[in-house]
Amino acid sequence: MGLEKHEKFIMKAKSTLVFEPGWSEDNLTGAWRSERPEVDEEKCTNCDICWLVCPDACIKREGGKIEINLKYCKGCGICAEECPVKAIIMVREESD
Amino acid sequence: MTKKTKIKDLTDEEFLHYGSLSCAGCGAILAFRHVLKALGENTIVINSTGCMAVVMQMAVPKIPYFHVLFENGPAVMSGVEQALDILGKRDDANLLVVAGDGGTADIGMGSLSGAVERGHDFIYLCYDNESYMNTGGQRSGTTPFGAATSTTPVGSVIKGENRPMEMRKDVPEIMIAHNTPYVATASIGYPLDLIDKVKKAATIRGPSYIHVFSSCPAGWRSEPKDSVKLAKLAVQTGFIVLFEHEDGKRTFQHLPKKRKPVKDYLELQGRFQHLLEDRETIEKMEEFVEKRLEWIQR
Ligand SMILES: Cc1ncc(C[n+]2csc(CCOP(=O)(O)OP(=O)(O)O)c2C)c(N)n1
Ligand code: SF4
Ligand code: SF4
Ligand code: SF4
Ligand SMILES: [Mg+2]
Repeated sequence: MGLEKHEKFIMKAKSTLVFEPGWSEDNLTGAWRSERPEVDEEKCTNCDICWLVCPDACIKREGGKIEINLKYCKGCGICAEECPVKAIIMVREESD
Repeated sequence: MTKKTKIKDLTDEEFLHYGSLSCAGCGAILAFRHVLKALGENTIVINSTGCMAVVMQMAVPKIPYFHVLFENGPAVMSGVEQALDILGKRDDANLLVVAGDGGTADIGMGSLSGAVERGHDFIYLCYDNESYMNTGGQRSGTTPFGAATSTTPVGSVIKGENRPMEMRKDVPEIMIAHNTPYVATASIGYPLDLIDKVKKAATIRGPSYIHVFSSCPAGWRSEPKDSVKLAKLAVQTGFIVLFEHEDGKRTFQHLPKKRKPVKDYLELQGRFQHLLEDRETIEKMEEFVEKRLEWIQR
């Protein structure tokens, strides 16, 4: 009777305790996105404004090319809104 | 301001890991990203409880970082600074306190005031999203007049925050009254200006205070894509005045030559929707903004 109670407690604890060390990069925040930014390389002038204003640092500007990290991009649309030549458009994500 | 940073001068290195839990389009984390770029890796951060501290769970920062109580960031930093001093390592690191408007203007005011008065050598960054966002958007001492928050809802008699417009707590002015060696205001709409100010603060002996206006799409009920735009509009309409205060003198940045109507700023936010048809209040707001712009440039 007493032991049963104990087991119930352990079962409950297992659902809330953390057994593996975790870190933020396990949070694939790209899954939150409903729209994805797409860059038109023809239009892009490499001004780096999109790189500067992305809250989640999901834009790389190295090598004179803008690259978006879709694993973590939350789809906020700030990059598209702030691009002075409208080289970024937000495209609806299809559900699978 | 001496040095004007250009985009190309900025480091590509990031000081936050991916996967923070900030909402899409969060202005506070954008400010934090820029501030860390300005200060570099030799930085110790003390973060008072609020959205930034909560979304930094699971080791987002790549630099020494401590999440402390809602109210005691500056007190903890005073101890860190003294410890480094005793070890003879005071000049080895930039010391940064990050706190929200609630943590700064309200519950942490005593702690901040004491640390500044004692003259500790650190930078204090308040990201102002004008509410207690982490706990569901209750009003704070910096909530502007008219804003609907969870504790100042729009009712049939009282519509949103209703204390007199001019009675909002003006923390930069409180810090100037402390004779803080360096006080500046910034906005996430002007990241290079913010970065210049943080770099300047890092060269100051003694405390410096930077107040950065940071949009919050979740709390303001605005589109995430408008976060940077709104932070520019706040400056262009005169709601937010960007300045530096040093040696008793104030210099201004991005002062609007031709001020935009306040409605341009209000209409993009859910928290102000009830005001849009209220011509009398909008008129009062225009007057208030004009008067304040005049006063601050006196
Ligand atoms: C003494 C105490 N009271 C209340 C809380 C709950 N609490 C945590 S964060 C917060 C609001 C933070 O507001 P602000 O400083 O503006 O930061 P934001 O969440 O807006 O980023 C509150 C009320 C707490 N942690 N400690
Ligand atoms: S949509 Fe938002 S998160 Fe994604 S790359 Fe653009 S600015 Fe960054
Ligand atoms: S903001 Fe637009 S033009 Fe500038 S780098 Fe980004 S995509 Fe290119
Ligand atoms: S509630 Fe506001 S301040 Fe907090 S994480 Fe979301 S957008 Fe950022
Ligand atoms: Mg706040």
